[in-house]
Amino acid sequence: MEVTAAAVPTTDRSFYDEVLGATAQGDRLKLCLQCGMCTGICPHGFAMEYPPRALIAALRADDFEPVFESEEIWLCVSCFACTTVCPAQIPLTNGLMTRLKTEMLLKGKVPSELRTALENTRRYGNSLGESPRRRPAWASDLTTPVPIMAQAKEPIDVLWFVGDYASYHPRVQAVSRAMASIFQALEISFGILGPDENSDGDVQRLAGERGLFELLAQKNGRAFGKYEFNEVVTTDPHAYNVFKNEYPGAGFAFPVKHYTQFLAERLEQLKPLLRHEQKFKVAYHDPCAIGRANNNNIYEEPRQLLKAIPGLELIEMPHNRANTICCGGGGGGNWLDGFVWERAHTRTSEWRVKEALDAGAQILAVACPYETPRFEDAVKSMGHEGGLIVKDIAELLADAIADQGRDG
Amino acid sequence: MNIVVPIKFVPDLVEELEIDPSGVALERTYMRLIPSEQDEHALEQALLLKERYGGNLTVVTLDTGDVDETLFTAIAKGADRVVKVLGEGFAEGVNNHAASSVLQAALEGIPFDLILTGTQAADDLDGSTGPLLAARLGLPFVGYVTGVKQEDGGVVARKEYPGGLVAEMEVALPAVLGIQAAENPPRYVVTSLVMAAMKTAKIEEVEAGEADSSGAAEVARMYLPEPSERAEMIEGNVDHVADVLVTLLRERGLLA
Repeated sequence: MEVTAAAVPTTDRSFYDEVLGATAQGDRLKLCLQCGMCTGICPHGFAMEYPPRALIAALRADDFEPVFESEEIWLCVSCFACTTVCPAQIPLTNGLMTRLKTEMLLKGKVPSELRTALENTRRYGNSLGESPRRRPAWASDLTTPVPIMAQAKEPIDVLWFVGDYASYHPRVQAVSRAMASIFQALEISFGILGPDENSDGDVQRLAGERGLFELLAQKNGRAFGKYEFNEVVTTDPHAYNVFKNEYPGAGFAFPVKHYTQFLAERLEQLKPLLRHEQKFKVAYHDPCAIGRANNNNIYEEPRQLLKAIPGLELIEMPHNRANTICCGGGGGGNWLDGFVWERAHTRTSEWRVKEALDAGAQILAVACPYETPRFEDAVKSMGHEGGLIVKDIAELLADAIADQGRDG
Repeated sequence: MNIVVPIKFVPDLVEELEIDPSGVALERTYMRLIPSEQDEHALEQALLLKERYGGNLTVVTLDTGDVDETLFTAIAKGADRVVKVLGEGFAEGVNNHAASSVLQAALEGIPFDLILTGTQAADDLDGSTGPLLAARLGLPFVGYVTGVKQEDGGVVARKEYPGGLVAEMEVALPAVLGIQAAENPPRYVVTSLVMAAMKTAKIEEVEAGEADSSGAAEVARMYLPEPSERAEMIEGNVDHVADVLVTLLRERGLLA
């Protein structure tokens, strides 16, 4: 048989180089064995012609145009499952998937739902398109006011970063009011940025909008810089992830804790306050962003808090901790419900609700502002209304502190 | 093809609208301004034409406040020039007659074959800027346009009529078209390109001449929607309600 030269790529490989350069460990892409573990664990891999393994094959073969044409990358919910299982430790989520989304944005191939969310974020500092002035409105009718930093007279301990959904979404505002009552019960000196707060930018970054992330990081960084505080505590796993892992690179480094960490540290102070029994079987859903994303690994603190609630029985679902199922809201997914439904004809939030019901849970406990509405919607769309309650851990704690009469 | 897109700014409904103590205007203290949605469509249509046939694209706006980011965004999307027209009292709002006279003067320094405006803007639904500008310039005007192509030295405009009718109209250039909707939804441009435009692009500033607002309607009273009392509630059981309804419809000639 005649030996011929290996096929030489006919076009330039600039996008391949872009992907390699997108993250510090980007070169690891060269180590891909094509084993397909990424594809097997991808929640939407079944609906993709180009799941992560095939993306890498297409990159290597320099045959990437069909990938751009397919627009399938918008099925990626940035859940970090592929990154976690990759034996070659390729930074798939932060690198390949996110860089590919950036390329789609540059090509103008953006589903309209996502385009609106990104435009809202750039214009108003929140993806919901709400008035920045009304950001602290959720706290306006509380009996004990929540201090806004610009009006605070003295330095405080905890700067609470509330986040978009927790500030504006009616269902998640209730969680914020519960969290405020816990801070107050623990007599924590805390404050919020109010109108100075902007979206943390994590999901916009993972949706490929790097420049928007940098703009938001600068705005939030400047706002943080105006005030004196000891640490940032956030109720938003995405804010935690991006503050810890991405803001330092943008020039803003400060200590940050997810609220479950902050409260678990104060468990001994908290326990005597948890006076009202909550006799429920509760399954906890691990959010990707404080769990497997960037090895944040906050798995035990939320469980410690739940176990501390008298009467509460914590049960586990098959997919837990680093093996959690994404709620479907990450990486732009929260604004791509229509797109995902058209392509996948399913919702990962429904898989999760089914798992919770099969495990015998009465309450699905969550710790991320996307999850309460997403799972409640899934419960309704599956016809299980009344069969499973979705509550944030903060709400369960607040219920145990003051069974009734809590604001909100 | 040289294209000019004038962009108007309208109140953003993300903030509650309030009436100014004068009772004839909006209170502007907390008002946010955003580019008119149909003007964004006019810009998108212009970008599509530029991509298809080449040429120069200029965006012009009256400096009613907060306009710079929109102009830089237009550059990031592909506009070649952005022009801000400065004038006294613009921040209090400019009616369409005055706007068209100001635009006419500003256009003296800008070569154009085609001017694309939005068909109308959400604040007054007046829809007169395009036709007034065309009249002042002595140019043809076609409104309610949803697509444009170049043909035989002119353009063919796809014009929508009520009732689902569509016409294709040959228009000699130069001309003014009122865009109802672009062929594609307005595009998204990434923030990094907008930021780059802010660093490198220049907004040209021109002073407006005398604004001529003659012919404009005068606002006699501005007020929030007031509930009317015209509704008649029909009480009683289903049969009675049905009987009353049939009688009423017969009285008004809607039933035989």
